[in-house]
Amino acid sequence: MPENRPPPILKKAKRVTWLDIFVISVVAAVITATYYRVEHVLVYQWNWGLIFEYFIRIDEVTGDILPNLFLKGVAMTLRLAFWGTVIAAVIGIVMGLCRVSNSLFLKAGSRLYVELIRNIPPVVFIFVFYFFISSQIIPLLGLDNIAYTASPTTIAVLETLFGPIGLFTNFLAGLICLAVFEGAYITEIVRAGIQSIGKGQWEAARAVGLSRFFVLRDVVLPQALKTILPPLAGQFIILVKDSSIVSLISVQELTFLTQDVSNTTTHFFEAWMLTAALYFMMCFPLAILFQRFERTGMGIQKH
Amino acid sequence: MSKSEANQFLQIKGLGKWFGQFCALWDINLEVNSGERVVVCGPSGSGKSTMIRCINLLETFEAGEILINGDLVVNDPKKILAVRRKVGMVFQNFNLFPHITVLQNLMLGPIRNLNFSKSEATERAMKYLEKVRIPEQARKYPSQLSGGQQQRVAIARALCMDPEMMLFDEPTSALDPEMISGILDIMVELAEGGMTMIVVTHEMGFAKQVADTMVFMDHGEIVEVAPPEQFFTNPKSNRSELFLSQILSH
Repeated sequence: MPENRPPPILKKAKRVTWLDIFVISVVAAVITATYYRVEHVLVYQWNWGLIFEYFIRIDEVTGDILPNLFLKGVAMTLRLAFWGTVIAAVIGIVMGLCRVSNSLFLKAGSRLYVELIRNIPPVVFIFVFYFFISSQIIPLLGLDNIAYTASPTTIAVLETLFGPIGLFTNFLAGLICLAVFEGAYITEIVRAGIQSIGKGQWEAARAVGLSRFFVLRDVVLPQALKTILPPLAGQFIILVKDSSIVSLISVQELTFLTQDVSNTTTHFFEAWMLTAALYFMMCFPLAILFQRFERTGMGIQKH
Repeated sequence: MSKSEANQFLQIKGLGKWFGQFCALWDINLEVNSGERVVVCGPSGSGKSTMIRCINLLETFEAGEILINGDLVVNDPKKILAVRRKVGMVFQNFNLFPHITVLQNLMLGPIRNLNFSKSEATERAMKYLEKVRIPEQARKYPSQLSGGQQQRVAIARALCMDPEMMLFDEPTSALDPEMISGILDIMVELAEGGMTMIVVTHEMGFAKQVADTMVFMDHGEIVEVAPPEQFFTNPKSNRSELFLSQILSH
């Protein structure tokens, strides 16, 4: 009878071991030593108040509270991350499908794209590609003078979507660089997702007369999506952080504006520590959010 | 057995298939009439599955040709969807689509290949779920079903295309023993309904009960084609005799 089967009493594992105490002591010692050096050896004058003035400022005439460089940077970074993800996802899905296509041309083309980007340092890529975008693509699209040529309605729409119109081409250049760069990684995530679906699924779908398009659309991609979503979410967080490299081509996002602030104020520590905290505050909630999605299966039935 | 040209549903002529240097099928010749039930047996690795997978072009082949109703199948991409409409297939591992319900599994082919409306496809799906005796499972997902129920769904899924021929690739090999007879019953019913069938199986009881023709394969070749009464009592080749003695010894 089940009621006559009590569980054996097991010894609980210790939660804190001597190794934990040792590691914590070492960390505490390092922090104390660093604090001592900064306070007594470096003799650094902390001035957090000055830095926070660059976070928000109060208009001297109207008394309104306005965003200053840090907040503007955060806004630009978030816009870059959002639109970058959208475009990179489109690139990634299209290129990922090319990677598993039967056509040699599409396969080779997408492979070339992925390998080129993965084997060039991002910084080098950004410089090379930026030259190409700013001198060729943006003039080609007729966007170099958009702030003067577009109608007020167009400008209003663009400003809502992409931020201040004066920075539009600047934003666009950064966005294209970032999207093309991250798209290569998403391509590989999509490819791996598609290839994770067993041969049996393809065969069964083909056996009931589905064309290649419908096999992908109805059978393979919906299942691959479940595999793809967690690494895709991870890539999104990486994209938020990677957006800082477009500061190199003067896109006015958080890192670029922090450089401004730290150069103007010469309070490097405060400026960069604040920026580190801001990036953390953007990425950490996303990580938590995606973790939760992953547990609940992103709203997709788990079977 | 005499076969009139008019009644022939499937002709395999000189079929040859290689995996790299390995010859999987060699000079396969087989004719199947409408309504004929063919059971293919032979040791593992003899090419049984490969042969029936060539019939609906799940495997490509390098030599020979396969004709269905006189239509050329051989690597003709324009005809392949039409061929798959006529030839249904049931796999060893069921291969149901795990992300959609049983009903949706059944509706996919009719909607995408036969241009059925949703209600037509639902109606047909329910008809075949009744036929395999699990209509109450329609709204469930494949993972919620037992192996035997999953294979029933797979059979119904193939039947939903109203195929003229059914291919069974070891349909009971992945099932628990107590599930096997239910599947075989359904297959017997299908056979009695006049379905043209090619069944790869080791279920010799089933073969004796329904087969019109036994095909024995070994090393990628057809060794013997005979009616079951002759095949089981008086096999012509030593290899089929040896195989039968091994498989029927218990």
